[in-house]
Amino acid sequence: MSKDDSILKAEGLHRSYRMGMAEVRVLKGVDLAVKKGEFVAIVGASGSGKSTLLHILGALDRPDKGVVTFEQRDLNRMGNGELNRFRNRMVGFVFQFYHLLDELSVLENVLLPTMTSRSIIGWFGCRRWARKHAEDLLAQLGLAERARHKPYQLSGGERQRVAIGRALMNEPRLLLADEPTGNLDSATGNGILDTLERLNKAGQTIVMVTHDERIAQRAGRIVTLIDGKIEHKSARRQSNR
Amino acid sequence: MYKIILAIRYLLKRRIAYFAVLAVALCVFIVIVVMTVMTGLVSGFKQKNHDLVGDCVVGTKSLVGFPYYEDFMETLERADFIAGVSPVIRSYALISQKGSGRAGVEIMGLDPLRHSRATNFRQTLSYHRGNVARAFEPRQDPNLPGCILGTDVLLQRDPQGYSVSCFPLTAKGALAQLGTDVTNTKTFYYSDSSQSGVPKVDGALIYLPFEMTQRLCMDGAVKRASAIHIKFRPEVRLENGCKEVAALWQNFKREKADETQAYLLDTVRVQSWKEFRRASIAPMENEQIEMTVMFCFVAVVVVFIIFVVFHMVINHKSKDIGILKSIGVSSVNVIELFSGFAFLVGLMGSCIGLLSGLLFLKHMNRIEDWLFDHFDWQLFDRTIYAIGDIPNQADPKVLVIIVLAAMVVCLVGALVPSWKAARQKPVETLQVNQL
Repeated sequence: MSKDDSILKAEGLHRSYRMGMAEVRVLKGVDLAVKKGEFVAIVGASGSGKSTLLHILGALDRPDKGVVTFEQRDLNRMGNGELNRFRNRMVGFVFQFYHLLDELSVLENVLLPTMTSRSIIGWFGCRRWARKHAEDLLAQLGLAERARHKPYQLSGGERQRVAIGRALMNEPRLLLADEPTGNLDSATGNGILDTLERLNKAGQTIVMVTHDERIAQRAGRIVTLIDGKIEHKSARRQSNR
Repeated sequence: MYKIILAIRYLLKRRIAYFAVLAVALCVFIVIVVMTVMTGLVSGFKQKNHDLVGDCVVGTKSLVGFPYYEDFMETLERADFIAGVSPVIRSYALISQKGSGRAGVEIMGLDPLRHSRATNFRQTLSYHRGNVARAFEPRQDPNLPGCILGTDVLLQRDPQGYSVSCFPLTAKGALAQLGTDVTNTKTFYYSDSSQSGVPKVDGALIYLPFEMTQRLCMDGAVKRASAIHIKFRPEVRLENGCKEVAALWQNFKREKADETQAYLLDTVRVQSWKEFRRASIAPMENEQIEMTVMFCFVAVVVVFIIFVVFHMVINHKSKDIGILKSIGVSSVNVIELFSGFAFLVGLMGSCIGLLSGLLFLKHMNRIEDWLFDHFDWQLFDRTIYAIGDIPNQADPKVLVIIVLAAMVVCLVGALVPSWKAARQKPVETLQVNQL
């Protein structure tokens, strides 16, 4: 029996929402496995349930039915504290609308996941290391000069790169990107995709959601979600494993 | 750490938070100023009452008085916790001046030297503070019987004297003289004025020499007095001193049980100055309680303001809550973040209110003087409130309580919105903020 090398596995995921009196079934039994070092794109039309799937994979939401395992651990069986730690250390989120905190500088936004995982004393213990790490990340993302700026002083592409920096700050095993280029022009979007590709080549496991087939082509594997079900899986290129 | 940073940034960047700070500052300011003035008035009034009667009073409300008081005074003077005792006679009289009609007044017969040892009587006098033993010696002739008028008694300070008529009572409470002349009348001459600071006393009471008052008001072979005013030594606690006096009085009553007028001792009560002056002090204390209750309503208003402001802030910051939760921040930490924000609002508002309140109190009398000079308006009518300056000495304990209460009120106001913030689901808030 071969060893299961999936970092993330979803089996029979169901999720529905109530909209007024009607119940909308968004996911209808989704199965998905993501291997370590893979770059998977989940493609689907608007309303097909791809963002919902991503949220469930990142423990931002819980399925009505089905199991999500991350490194053989069932997310459903984790308590709130464990789930918080999971979101803080194991996964990093990149959202379409960046979702940066306007009150914090670029550097502070990137530092946020490390700050939130530590007490004041713990933070003072690792402050220098964290700061250096955040500055390195910003330098890699081409934002070294923007560290003191506020998010509203940046362009869309720069903001998304800050969001990527924040997602990578705690060196997560899995990067989840929800339409990371959806709010950007194509040139800037390509820059973001280049960054994701580069990260993947360096060994980062990435799951990206997009409605755009062309963007999905940049991923190693494309999974198509139609009407709440995985309809098609295809390998586009050799991902870094 | 991020909670402190974010709470400070929310406070500095959100203009709505300034309104919350301002509301807290305003309330703290009002409470500090009004509580300081009110507490000053009440404690000043209490002090004046304390000064008026001493620490403890053994006495009766009956105009007949009680006998054997000299024996009990001897007992008291032997006790090591007592610093001074003074017997007094309280009664009512008719007083007339040459060329004017009769008026009813309260009279108090006392020995000025003794009374000054038991109370603050000496300090209330206008002319005889340095020689209180001669307080009843009129300036025109020391041999004439003198009287001390309450400073607000509406009588001319007349060198021709006042005719004082009293109704002498027997030990059984009956009028001693029947027929056409039921009163004892004697002329007294103005010797001094007494200002105790208690308006009802200063406006109605005339002090007369003890023995003369006794002869005017009380008939019978056994001498009687209305009350004995007692001052304890400084180290004696009021409650303990009063208990000791009460015990001595019970023993004394038992000893005198077989005496002919022992029945009069049953009407005698041992009371602390607070109990004795209860009727005067209670309305002021009630006013203070009412004021405190009013401030509780002010606190409710502040809670509501904080609630509304935080509700608005949290609604506006739901995206932040979603972001924080997506990076692993727990619900408890979200509550702590917004509670920290509320704490900062409370702290900043309290500090501003405290400083402005203290500044206002410092200059309050100057402001009142200016208002009086320019607009002929006084905050406290001095004919009603027997005060000089408006009390403006803030009690540090009261200040600490007010500041702490303001912060607690802010935390209470922020509690429900913070709890609602903590319950928000990151998926919902982030999706809403994408629209």
